[in-house]
Amino acid sequence: MKAIRIFFRSIRDAFKSISRNFSLAMASILCVTITLIIVSVSIIIAANINNATKNIEEEMNIVIYLNKKATAEDADNLKKEIENVKGVREIKFISKEEQKKNMAEYNDAFETILNYLDVNPLLDSYVIYVEDVTEISDIAEEVKSLPNVETIKYGEGMVEEVVSAFDIIEKVTIGIVIALILVTVFLISNTIKLTIYSRKNEIEIMRLVGASNNTIKMPFVFEGLVLGVIGAIIPICITIYGYVILYNTMHGYFFSEMLKLVDPYNFVFMVSAVLVIIGALVGMYGSVKSVRKYLKI
Amino acid sequence: MKFIEFKDVTKTYSNGITACADISVSIDKGEFVFVIGLTASGKSTFTKMLYREEKPTKGVVSVGGVNVGKLRNRKVYKFRRKVGIVFQDYKLLPQLTAYENVAFALECVGMKNKDIRPKVLKALERVGLKDKVRSFPKELSGGEQQRVCIARAIVNEPKLLVCDEPTGNLDPQTSKEIIEVISSINKDLGTTVIMATHDKDIVNRMKKRVLVINNGMLVGDYAKGSYKADESN
Repeated sequence: MKAIRIFFRSIRDAFKSISRNFSLAMASILCVTITLIIVSVSIIIAANINNATKNIEEEMNIVIYLNKKATAEDADNLKKEIENVKGVREIKFISKEEQKKNMAEYNDAFETILNYLDVNPLLDSYVIYVEDVTEISDIAEEVKSLPNVETIKYGEGMVEEVVSAFDIIEKVTIGIVIALILVTVFLISNTIKLTIYSRKNEIEIMRLVGASNNTIKMPFVFEGLVLGVIGAIIPICITIYGYVILYNTMHGYFFSEMLKLVDPYNFVFMVSAVLVIIGALVGMYGSVKSVRKYLKI
Repeated sequence: MKFIEFKDVTKTYSNGITACADISVSIDKGEFVFVIGLTASGKSTFTKMLYREEKPTKGVVSVGGVNVGKLRNRKVYKFRRKVGIVFQDYKLLPQLTAYENVAFALECVGMKNKDIRPKVLKALERVGLKDKVRSFPKELSGGEQQRVCIARAIVNEPKLLVCDEPTGNLDPQTSKEIIEVISSINKDLGTTVIMATHDKDIVNRMKKRVLVINNGMLVGDYAKGSYKADESN
């Protein structure tokens, strides 16, 4: 009961002190707002880079051409064997007729040439999608040794380079986001330190009349929380409206069709949630850290 | 065991200055004791050790059976609730009214609002501020602010009231009134009062026990009425 009373008094005191120290509270809120906007933008960029690399990685595949003498039964057996290879996600059969049609559609010249020939010179093929692109060359090696495989294509060399490049990009963007969050913590806790410095008398009196350390800290914790959450409002609006507008004007692509933007529907709400959580936690942490300095008895 | 006991208490600050050296004294429950001495004589340190604002470097300070020096940090707040403190500079919160300043001490302890109200009003009545309940500190005179500070110190009904130069910033007439308030608390409630002061006039008039501290040492312990300060210096 006592704890609940102290709890509600802390919430009341937090709002009281924000309205009475309004200019300092505004400084903290602005600081949170600006840093959270930067954090939001970098999260959006990082997520889109990750999304693009994932899409590109998903498109990477192994194409195998079957031996000309392979029968339909052989083809079925081969499919089963490929399915047993570890790391294969999906396998798609493309018959030589289908390929002929594709080629004809692609270029009129091919159509003419292919029509001159009595037999279809093309080979039946399988397109294999893998679960993890980093394993693509190992899987290709394994598939190559299976019977009835004539040739195999998977963009040797290029794949490894692309994969490692994407890996670096991903790590760098995550590093930038984490660094920005740390900067936010630092900036916000500094601003809050200023607001608390101006109230060190209050803390001293609380101590002398016998308030426990937690009772002293609690209003400041709530204050930090409220400042953090208020500071997150504008960045959230910018995230939601800004990203949806960007997505719509770009028609879902970033210049080229290869770079598909993340669908905004759930994404903006997730980013918003992250921003609120960062704002709240950082605000509370900054407050507690600053109050602790004055609580040495 | 006496209510307050100092046993060979020495306090040396981290800068090497010894503020109290080998002080041994005991004080009974309900006593009214003046602690006098020049500025920087160590009387402030002496009073601060009573509510554990400072810890003794050596020796034992015990208040009401609690060994104050050995008290764990996280238990200090519970001990402080049994001690009322009156400051020279009042230490009131400027944004709170007189009532709120006094109620603040009880809110910190987690008391119910309906229990707080009568206690606060009673304390303010005792110090003679019943009609200034809604005033902010800046609307009150120095003497009135000191009364609020006293009301805040006694609202929790402490067994010990520590006053550190309570009249230091006040004129003689107001000082007299403040001392009367504190004296009546001592008489009516049986609260032990320890008051550091350098106001010789008050000490002479009150005829209470007097401890004289000079250069960190206890140089005199005069029983009730036997001390007479030299008015000339």
